[in-house]
Amino acid sequence: MKQVSLMITCLGDVFFPQAGTATVRLLRRLGIDVEFPASQTCCGQPHFNSGFHDHARDLAKHTIEVFRRAALVVTPSGSCAAMVKLEYPELFHGDPVWGPRAQDLAHRTHELSDFLVNVLKMEDVGARFEGKATYHMACHLRGLGLRTEPERLLRHVKGLELLPLERFDECCGFGGSFAVRFPEISGAMVGDKAGFIEKSGADAVIATDAGCLMNIGGCLRRRNSNVRILHLAEVLAST
Amino acid sequence: MTTYAQAEHHDFMPASRAALADPPLQAALVRLTDTLMAGNRRGFAALPGSDQLRDHAKRIKEHTLAHLDQYLEQLAASVERVGGHVHWAADATAARDIVRDLARSRGIKRAVKSKSMTSEEIHLNHALEQDGVEVTETDFGEYIIQVAGERPSHLVAPAVHHTKESVARVLSQHLAEDLLPDAQALARAGRRVLRQKFHDADMGISGANFAVAQTGTIVLVTNEGNGRLTTTWPRVHVAIMGMEKVIPRWEDLPVFLKLLARAATGQTLSVYTTLITGPRRSSPSPARERGRGEGDLDGPEEFHLVLLDNGRSRILATPFRESLQCIRCGACLNACPVYRRIGGHAYGGTYSGPIGSILTPLYDSVEANPHLPHASSLCGACQAACPVRINIPHMLIGLRELQHEHQPSRWENLAYGLWRFLLLRPALYRLAVRGARWVTRPFVRNGWLHRLPGAGQGWTAARDFPAPARRSFREQWRELS
Repeated sequence: MKQVSLMITCLGDVFFPQAGTATVRLLRRLGIDVEFPASQTCCGQPHFNSGFHDHARDLAKHTIEVFRRAALVVTPSGSCAAMVKLEYPELFHGDPVWGPRAQDLAHRTHELSDFLVNVLKMEDVGARFEGKATYHMACHLRGLGLRTEPERLLRHVKGLELLPLERFDECCGFGGSFAVRFPEISGAMVGDKAGFIEKSGADAVIATDAGCLMNIGGCLRRRNSNVRILHLAEVLAST
Repeated sequence: MTTYAQAEHHDFMPASRAALADPPLQAALVRLTDTLMAGNRRGFAALPGSDQLRDHAKRIKEHTLAHLDQYLEQLAASVERVGGHVHWAADATAARDIVRDLARSRGIKRAVKSKSMTSEEIHLNHALEQDGVEVTETDFGEYIIQVAGERPSHLVAPAVHHTKESVARVLSQHLAEDLLPDAQALARAGRRVLRQKFHDADMGISGANFAVAQTGTIVLVTNEGNGRLTTTWPRVHVAIMGMEKVIPRWEDLPVFLKLLARAATGQTLSVYTTLITGPRRSSPSPARERGRGEGDLDGPEEFHLVLLDNGRSRILATPFRESLQCIRCGACLNACPVYRRIGGHAYGGTYSGPIGSILTPLYDSVEANPHLPHASSLCGACQAACPVRINIPHMLIGLRELQHEHQPSRWENLAYGLWRFLLLRPALYRLAVRGARWVTRPFVRNGWLHRLPGAGQGWTAARDFPAPARRSFREQWRELS
């Protein structure tokens, strides 16, 4: 039996715990033993993106330590997976101690759809979800090269009618501090995104990242829209 | 909008707001970037091995930049060997002086220009005009904005912020004619005026997309044919080139030609790819040595190449060196969800979009452009679109880091410092999360907060914010296990 450690992510823990519980249910259903190292907090991406590289290194070291003994780390977030897989090795480039540790964690860490499709080699996870939904691609999946994985999983969900979304891979305007610094630009981006989602005729929008869901969900709510937000894990865990 | 289109170095915030509130501009931006990106995707899809080609191009650029001094010397020697003159310009002032002195010493009163962002960077037109030289932009888009007194708003489509109607207005007024807002009629009018300008000009000023060190050849990639007229008709040709545009060998050129046109517009090749090796050759000439007669039938009597530094050698020695790999295709602009909404003028510099957000603070200063490094959601669409794979998000983040050194914000330092402090202490962090939940609870409506205080206002100005869940994942985990 495979064992994985769950990296819940700071946003997922506080704002979308249902994505985390769904991830646990899904992985267990697939016969995987899930553990949750309780001392995990945040991967440090907010600090990294804001140019506080020393802070980011401290948080990266903490995260590396937390998951040191994990055989594999699975996270329901492309954004945090990208931080660990792409940025940690860069942050410790040339560091004889932390460099190899960062590389090691980068190799062991997988975003959820990456883990299912590319590690477990599964596209049909036995899910059933009745409804019409559309899929928004989180930007960090582009960086991770996961352009098709979530959709391949969703196409195998019984009962799910997956509707196309105009500009499905365009950023929703979250971008962490970007959304706060530039409310008008970010607002225009998420406004367009919400408009395309409504136009798709879907009852729900599915994404892989809490950041996108906070932003898109907040905008849909502000527009009094009836479209729901769903994390990929919630759909895949459903039977 | 007019002032932002005309002036540089304005405040990003009001300029971007003005752009968002300009429906014709919004429509033009969507139309242009959609068209160019669709072309880009089509172009690359039809090119087998394009990934390897991009890698190859990046390696050539990396190698060239690592040996830039050597290749520039080789380029200079090659240009002089074929009868051209090379001028080294340390900064914009020096470059302007070089071109002005060339015009003065040769009694030149009229110049035509083909599109060159480098000449925009050094504000050449104004300097020549002050000296009594009439300068005419001959790329149609550039001509329109020159007449309108504006700056280019896109690397390859400088007048994208204009519509047929506004072009008709601008040109009608300038030419004292009544032109209809019809693309063909406007282009015909432009052609008629510009032909005369080409005929009258004594100096042709161009940029250079590439320069081959081995042969001394400069390469122009254009679509309108004005580049050829500019560089062959007037008796003096001056090419102004950022020094990072040099490539080592003849066989490196097709690598970039394949990428540039596809990345910019999706074309397999641009309509004109012009290779210029020195001035017109009379006898004795390499052409005659090959047994092909008495030398060239056309071309300028003099060819001058101005190699511009203007901050580039300083950047070369920093982690931002990668930005010098840019071939100015504009693909990152077209792919950028921010550029697509605010257009080029909002950025306030010569270069706009994601690459401009790096180049402007680097060439100018981070202090004078505090918003540019942040004007990106770091979505990575720029990097994915870049034909030479420049890691633009990384460099934007690098500039943010630089900003902390030059312009530290006490508030920001405190906030991120405190956040880090909590995140490194899991027990305390859990407590803080519970505190946040407790504080926000009275304001929660159906799981969302309608208004946040302080810095959070920016968020709730545009959308609701999710309330912390009643029970965090961490609190639910025990029941799950």
